[in-house]
Amino acid sequence: MIFLNAFLLSGVFCLIAQIILDNTKLTPGHITSIFTVLGAVLSFLGIYPKLISWAGAGATVQISNFGHMLYLSAVEGFHEMGILGFFSGLLVKSSAAITAAVVIAFVFSLVFKPKN
Amino acid sequence: MNKDEYQKLVEEFTPKEKKFKNAVLAFLVGGAIGIFGQVVVSIFVESFGMEMKEACVWLCILMIFIASLFTALGFFDNWVSKCKAGLFLPTTGFAHSITSSALDYRRDGFITGLGANFFKLAGSVILYGMVSAFFLSILGVIIYG
Repeated sequence: MIFLNAFLLSGVFCLIAQIILDNTKLTPGHITSIFTVLGAVLSFLGIYPKLISWAGAGATVQISNFGHMLYLSAVEGFHEMGILGFFSGLLVKSSAAITAAVVIAFVFSLVFKPKN
Repeated sequence: MNKDEYQKLVEEFTPKEKKFKNAVLAFLVGGAIGIFGQVVVSIFVESFGMEMKEACVWLCILMIFIASLFTALGFFDNWVSKCKAGLFLPTTGFAHSITSSALDYRRDGFITGLGANFFKLAGSVILYGMVSAFFLSILGVIIYG
């Protein structure tokens, strides 16, 4: 049941992050960075693709998916173009998310006014 | 039990309970986002005939759009401070951090304010993600071929 798996995986990731937040001095900035790196490490170990096939979007909505995408793109880039591929490939798969975030955030900051 | 002892007891228990409440809330909200994502992906795959990978990218963009819009409308900050990890860990947190710094620093000018602070919070995610993935991918290629 992929919907249940998505719920569990996404929930457990957030639960771990919340426990780290409440019991250490790390800020949300630290934790999101750690999880991104963790995503790249899990991808390197071959675990992240398994999480995605087990939990579907439950794994791809997390920030750790960003690390996974970076790792995958760099490896694919290497297989296509050799050493240059590490540089030119790294951002290929995550480009959509970064572009969307940058463009949407900029447009909204023009259209809307901050609360205070 | 006198008043002081009682006060001590209260102090001992309050943070724990709050931590427990936070953890449950983060789990439920995070899980809800996971289910929402999976529902959207299923709709994209079944109704629009997309491939799974394509659907996940659209989902990512959709979630960034929603999180940015809610941040710009002003009520997402409250949600994030209540749900904490449930909302800042998924992609919504990335979009939230960029949009809120864009909104907050716009008054300081487009270059020195908005431009200079745009990636203030999301920058560390991009920096450490890119650097770690870069070296890991080289290591991966060496090990796995």
